[in-house]
Amino acid sequence: MSSRDPGQAAALDRRDLAWYVDKLAQILVFIGGISGIILILGIFVFIGSEGLPFIVSKLNIGEFFTSPLWRPTSEANPTYGILALMAGTASVTGLAMVVAVPFSLGAAIYIAEFARGRTREVLKVLVEMLAAIPSVVWGFIGLSIMNPVIIKLFNVPVGLNVLNAGFILGLMAAPIMTTIAEDALKAVPEGYREAAEAMGATRWQVVRNVVLPAAKSGLVAAVLLGVGRGFGETMAVLMASGHSINLPTSPFDSVRALTATIAAELGETAVGSDHYRVLFTLGILLFLVTFVINLTADLVVRGIGKK
Amino acid sequence: MKEQRINEAPAIVTESLNLWYGTFQALFDIDLEVSRNKVTAMIGPSGCGKTTLLRSVNRINERLGYVRTTGSIEVLGHDIYEPEVDLVQVRKQVGMVFQRPNPLPLSIRDNVLFGHRTHRERGVKVSRQDEDEIVEKALREVLLWDTVRDRLAGAATELALEEQQKLCIARLLPVKPAVLLMDEPCSALDPNGTEAVEELIWDLRGDYTILIVTHNMAQARRASDECVFMLLGKLVEHTRTDKMFVAPKHQETADYIEGRYG
Repeated sequence: MSSRDPGQAAALDRRDLAWYVDKLAQILVFIGGISGIILILGIFVFIGSEGLPFIVSKLNIGEFFTSPLWRPTSEANPTYGILALMAGTASVTGLAMVVAVPFSLGAAIYIAEFARGRTREVLKVLVEMLAAIPSVVWGFIGLSIMNPVIIKLFNVPVGLNVLNAGFILGLMAAPIMTTIAEDALKAVPEGYREAAEAMGATRWQVVRNVVLPAAKSGLVAAVLLGVGRGFGETMAVLMASGHSINLPTSPFDSVRALTATIAAELGETAVGSDHYRVLFTLGILLFLVTFVINLTADLVVRGIGKK
Repeated sequence: MKEQRINEAPAIVTESLNLWYGTFQALFDIDLEVSRNKVTAMIGPSGCGKTTLLRSVNRINERLGYVRTTGSIEVLGHDIYEPEVDLVQVRKQVGMVFQRPNPLPLSIRDNVLFGHRTHRERGVKVSRQDEDEIVEKALREVLLWDTVRDRLAGAATELALEEQQKLCIARLLPVKPAVLLMDEPCSALDPNGTEAVEELIWDLRGDYTILIVTHNMAQARRASDECVFMLLGKLVEHTRTDKMFVAPKHQETADYIEGRYG
């Protein structure tokens, strides 16, 4: 250790402009970093304070989860059953994944493992552009293009249904899933591919036997994030699903999603009314579900490091 | 017996081999004959093309996509650059060991069986027992069996580096390659690991033609039968190792061996 006295050390610690700039930058970056946490906490507190008192005092939890009857505006006997809404969200998200998983994994495998040079660059840009299409535009496509196509193709009276919304949502979720899945594939060390190819494996054998197993957790995370996206998506689902309360029995049934319910009804409720509060309860539910999905995805990704 | 081997045809023959990475020419008119069932070391300063030459012999170079080659490389009498050549077959005959041990992210057992499963004919069933035998034989050959016999299902990537490198050699053996290419196989290992892998390479000669790139002059000297010296993409000298290190024919070789550059 040095035996300098403190006075000498202070003399060495020069507070010139660079010192102040450095401190200022540190503070700014700190504020930027922490603001995200504060905002999320703030949102959580807000939604919680609007919804929680209602959940504790008035809500019949059994009815809430098991009744398909959502009649918040009934004067005489309002019921708040979200079973049909959950079924709507689940059926649309489920179908969306059926569409999105093969598309996005296929695209990711092609871009990461087979496409070369310019093809790959163009594809990547196109996929990123697809991810940037606003959801209302997707909803518009569902409403004005998919709707008549479904009516004609399947000879059904209404084209705004699970099939329409699921398909639209699948196309919406696919680009982001593709990007994440591609990142997962790219993270597989090149040495594995080289080793397998040097042993005579074909490109497809390399992908199937080496790359996919190695990227498994990243791919699962991509799918989970897609599910989270589907769960939380509002506008496109609102426009394409038909927005009528139903326990769907076929893909041609119109349904209503949790998110769409909040979006459509919150503006028309009296602040502080039971209806208003139950919509916040839906918000809490959505928040928890997407939080759990994202957390799971995150944990799955971290699992890579453990192996 | 030694005389007999010398009379055998060489395992690898390159004729006026030129290679470009894009517009950069990395190899110039390489004529090389690699003797069968011997260890041939390639030495030379960084960037002299020795790794490039090595990676041309199983055409793994072509993964890069911007590589152009002229001339020919014959492996056991077949030109591997003929258009109708099946790369899968080339790589069955020519195994490769890389600079950094790169076991696949599978179990030890699956690593050893990977090549075998890849080259197995479609529809042919191999019983678990047969596979066990293949695994044991290959691991015994690389002196790894006793270390890993109890954890064959464990992840190969958790082995020590030296053991990983031995495993990378073991997984080549079940498909019975004729040639083993090794790209500085000991450079990521500590002295003990280097010694163990070198001994293993020395043990394998006689059964396999081994072409090994090395930066380590002492390694080339003690662990090879023949030595190839390359400089700036050209083959300068190719003689028996004991001769090269005692009486090199070219001034460049002498300078390099004595450490005046490189």
